[in-house]
Amino acid sequence: MNKIGIIGDADSVLGFKAFGLEAHVCSDAEMAAGILRDVVKEDYGIIFITERYYKELEADITKYAELRIPAIIAIPGSDGSYGIGLSNVKHAVEKAVGADILFGDK
Amino acid sequence: MARLNVKPTRMVLSKLKSQLKVAIKGHKLMKDKRDELMRIFLEEARAIKALREEIEPQLEKVYQSFAIARAEMNPEMLEESLMFPKNSVTLVATTKNVMSVDVPSFQFQHSSTETGSVYPYGFAMTSGALDQSIALLTALFPQLMKLAEMEKEAMLLADEIEKTRRRVNALEYVKIPAYQETIKYIKMKLAEDERGNQTRLMKVKDMMVAEQIELERARSAKMLEEYTSA
Repeated sequence: MNKIGIIGDADSVLGFKAFGLEAHVCSDAEMAAGILRDVVKEDYGIIFITERYYKELEADITKYAELRIPAIIAIPGSDGSYGIGLSNVKHAVEKAVGADILFGDK
Repeated sequence: MARLNVKPTRMVLSKLKSQLKVAIKGHKLMKDKRDELMRIFLEEARAIKALREEIEPQLEKVYQSFAIARAEMNPEMLEESLMFPKNSVTLVATTKNVMSVDVPSFQFQHSSTETGSVYPYGFAMTSGALDQSIALLTALFPQLMKLAEMEKEAMLLADEIEKTRRRVNALEYVKIPAYQETIKYIKMKLAEDERGNQTRLMKVKDMMVAEQIELERARSAKMLEEYTSA
């Protein structure tokens, strides 16, 4: 049994909290980093992070990239999408193929 | 090309030959693995892109109606309404094996405690926009889970592809040429030794024959001498 968590600002995560996710509210990047450090030690299966904080915590997140779980996934927060989710996929494609062959049309 | 630092003997040659055979077989297998991983990965990446493009505007909508709810209700009320979520989401993460890469597979259970309703509050004091945003989120959630699963899988696959590609290249451009080069070197060295040996033998034989002839000549000269003096 694993939990699903979400890290983000209050506006973004409250809705998810109502739905039954473990919501972690943070107000700045430092706080988000602390929360992330704590939650990866627990048995979370998926951790959603709003893109604003994902961007700030990129270095930390790549450390956990090799683990099977938790899956740390960027989702747009209430302040809109920064396109990070898509650019992650793009980076993965670049890493795997050597060149970006899927998103080249943009 | 770098030749391996080995002694040019027959033993080493036969060992290298079998190693080369293994390397070539391994290279072929790795290449197949890489191609198949690549196919799965690209399929996945395309699906993720489509799914993300579908989900993100939906989430936007959730946030929008949430913002409206926030505007319509006072913050304490809103906070209070959502303070005790009625349902909980549990996740069962199992492992799926894709081309010997362990990727997670998520099944989630959404257990609401009573009446099947997802709203953790009464309707009297809350805004309709809040209901709407939660309803949207509930509808969106399975897709979010799917996205999480696929993205994680894609990331892990990308890692594996990178590793496999390196191995393929190392075999193709370093290991196999080095083996071939070394085998060729040993073969030539052995052939050279063989030729050296051959000429040495011929030389020795010549010397022995010359010696024999010398003896023979000496003997016949002696006999001739004896004959003439007699």
